[in-house]
Amino acid sequence: MDYLFLQHYWWFLVSLLGALLVFLLFVQGGQSLLFTIGKTELQQKMILNSTGRKWEFTFTTLVTFGGAFFASFPLFYSTSFGGAYWVWMLILACFVLQAVSYEYQSRKGNLLGKKTYQVFLWLNGVLGPILLGTAVGTFFSGAEFTIDKAQLTDAAMPVISSWANSWHGLEAVTVVWNVCLGLAVFFLARIQALLYFINNIDDPEITQRSRKQLGIESILFLLFFLTFLVHWLLADGFAVNPETKEVFMQPHKYFLNLIEMPVVLLVMLAGIVGVLYAIIRTCLSPVWRKGIWFCGIGTILTVLSLLLCAGWNHTAYYPSLVDLQSSLTIENSSSSPFTLKVMSYVSILIPFVLAYIFYAWRMLDLRKINREEIQTEKEHTY
Amino acid sequence: MDTSLVDWSRAQFALTAMYHWLFVPLTLGLGVIQAIMETIYYKTGNAFWKQTAQFWMKLFGINFAIGVATGIILEFEFGTNWSNYSWFVGDIFGAPLAIEGILAFFMEATFIAIMFFGWEKVSKRFHLLSTWLTIAGATLSALWILIANAWMQFPAGMHFNPDTVRNEMVDFWAVALSPVAINKFCHTVLSGWIEGSVFVIGVSSWFLLKKREKSFALASIKVGAVFGLVASILVLWTGDGSAYQVAQKQPMKLAAMEGLYEGTNGAGLTAIGVLNPDKTKYNDSAEPFIFNIEIPKMLSLLAERDADAYVPGIVNLIEGGYPTRDGTPALSAAEKMERGKTAIQALATYRQAVKEKDEVAAQQARNQLDEHFAYFGYGYIQNPEELIPPVGLTFYSFHLMVLLGGYFILLFIVAWIWSVRGWFDKSAWLQRISLWSIPLAYIAGQAGWIVAEVGRQPWVIQDILPASASISNLSTSAVQTTFFLFLFLFTVLLVAEIGIMVKAIKKGPKIIHYKS
Repeated sequence: MDYLFLQHYWWFLVSLLGALLVFLLFVQGGQSLLFTIGKTELQQKMILNSTGRKWEFTFTTLVTFGGAFFASFPLFYSTSFGGAYWVWMLILACFVLQAVSYEYQSRKGNLLGKKTYQVFLWLNGVLGPILLGTAVGTFFSGAEFTIDKAQLTDAAMPVISSWANSWHGLEAVTVVWNVCLGLAVFFLARIQALLYFINNIDDPEITQRSRKQLGIESILFLLFFLTFLVHWLLADGFAVNPETKEVFMQPHKYFLNLIEMPVVLLVMLAGIVGVLYAIIRTCLSPVWRKGIWFCGIGTILTVLSLLLCAGWNHTAYYPSLVDLQSSLTIENSSSSPFTLKVMSYVSILIPFVLAYIFYAWRMLDLRKINREEIQTEKEHTY
Repeated sequence: MDTSLVDWSRAQFALTAMYHWLFVPLTLGLGVIQAIMETIYYKTGNAFWKQTAQFWMKLFGINFAIGVATGIILEFEFGTNWSNYSWFVGDIFGAPLAIEGILAFFMEATFIAIMFFGWEKVSKRFHLLSTWLTIAGATLSALWILIANAWMQFPAGMHFNPDTVRNEMVDFWAVALSPVAINKFCHTVLSGWIEGSVFVIGVSSWFLLKKREKSFALASIKVGAVFGLVASILVLWTGDGSAYQVAQKQPMKLAAMEGLYEGTNGAGLTAIGVLNPDKTKYNDSAEPFIFNIEIPKMLSLLAERDADAYVPGIVNLIEGGYPTRDGTPALSAAEKMERGKTAIQALATYRQAVKEKDEVAAQQARNQLDEHFAYFGYGYIQNPEELIPPVGLTFYSFHLMVLLGGYFILLFIVAWIWSVRGWFDKSAWLQRISLWSIPLAYIAGQAGWIVAEVGRQPWVIQDILPASASISNLSTSAVQTTFFLFLFLFTVLLVAEIGIMVKAIKKGPKIIHYKS
């Protein structure tokens, strides 16, 4: 395994984790729809128990995404997390709220009252996808940082990564394309949540309301996603000269990436078709419940292809707007060949992990959530 | 470097870690206890044990949620607040974190869902397997993060690459199986088992005091006492191993733990002592203790496995000159700082020479860097006194932890005998002691981590990188803001957690089928 292959392999794995995370954001989408779809206390409880049995997967995927990024591309970890401080802190804070809210919201003695925890879940549902999407938007639009490794030899100020403005990441929301991607991720999460409810909850009212809501969310998703996509295809991108490793601006870089990597293009097209197929068939067929699987796989493929275009084919995946040569590429920010190789051996276990997750998921979802189960509370419920 | 930024970054990490450690040990301990109870249910088919396990699982779930919440912050804080650290050693430190996510967190997250929601959906056998896999996942998670932490205390299996300006892993097994890592893992997980046992015995005692759920409480006490006794005896052994490793790898931490200023042959171990507040400098004439009781030669025996061996004190470690294990005189702090500065300067020279394509100069600088790299971190130290950790906090935390460790062994022995002989439910004094021992278990756990982390200051990576060179380039006010934000958030959630826990305990278990 040569170094360049390992760097590409690990960018693929990090991208796959990112793609799985966006799929699993259906949990957040569901939380943001708690009061829209759940009109009675019982319905809200059914919704919370439906997403509540999956929230840990989303949370764990986020943590693993962070850990894998740290292990494979530590310079991104140190530069982005230490620089875009406020964005990451906001994301973390809203995930902290989620972690306790499922368990605490229905418990007696919870200090803040049931409604507060449900609002926490709603907040995590809205802010989580928007902030994560906006942060990922900077992979294409860039961020304001500099890196100077020689700084380590300055004992008075040895920090090598510096942010070039005092907003520390919040400035990302002033870039319309970042926000576009954030909102696209948000509405996609809501679409997936609606499809998940249709699949997972056996309740005519929730199903009917979810189907109705699906149309509105789909229009809003397409509006923001297509706006971002068109801009992304036409925009100048941050390219890397394979010989000199110099970063330069290249017109239509991401469009060219798709053309020069036809497999990635096919993956993206298959992903978009999967999402659209799931939406359209669910809207047309009142008994079809499998939309979440098509939409989920479509989401994974689409996000995977977007992220591959950010890092593969001589592209700077985290561009610096203030010093182009400080931009991060998979070559200049990765771990050593030894570490990537060790981690690659560990990654062989990933299919096994996915298999047991799938098995456990199926076991729990064999019977759909219904009113009787939630009302009798034979088992642990939220 | 702005020292207030360093201190606030430290404070934020300490806050998060200490809150996180309020919840993790109970997860580790209670998780095994409930799995043992479910195993008894699986073997006997007696529904009593199922309901008993389910009650403890309910408390486990309440505790687990807030443990997860505080844990996510910790992982990302390495990047947000310790940016330089993340690059300088990310090549080594990131790997255990990623493995933790891939192998441990997913196991925990997947099977905990079955454990809570699968009683009616999966077979008895698969449910039991899920319960064990949940706690196995939690324990594996502890393993990998403790390997990472141990590596910071004893950096092994790496070399410094001046081209990338970072340390790179060259031997994974040296990192994963270092003696410090193995000791730390065993000692930490066992302390969690103790906390779980004290919690189970304490809560069960509350039921006995209230004359409720007698059969449930006595059965839980039996399991908790045996499990706790085994854990507390083992923790004694791993504690000895941990202290030995500290003596070998972090002698300054050991000196602070013992309040030892002047080294000696046949050093005694302070059993109990009160530090002298008038001692403000390491080399002033004030006596270190107002009062102390020493066990003769014990420190030498524990630290060097030789009752007459030399153990250096703080003064010796700063001033050097004492004989090291290989017979050579130890370097003073000033000499180490000088070598550290030389190493940093050699790195600068090397990079400049590479830039100018001067291979001879680059090779010379590299040789100089390699020769002095063991002292690299000392180059960032301005004053030798920075090398002394807070002695009072380290000393008292260590002795409190040891004292409580001894107390728990006694508690478990008494609880076990009293429960086997059928005396426990008649002994209100023991029930009260058991109940009030719950906070002591938390204090012992916190004290242990204070020893480990405060005692190693100023180092983030022992001898290689001090805290002042590890941080992110942020404004102090930004870190202060997030510190208070998390302080508020975690405190509110802690109060909520305690409130929910108390209500759930008061409600009690659903013991329906069992008749005592």
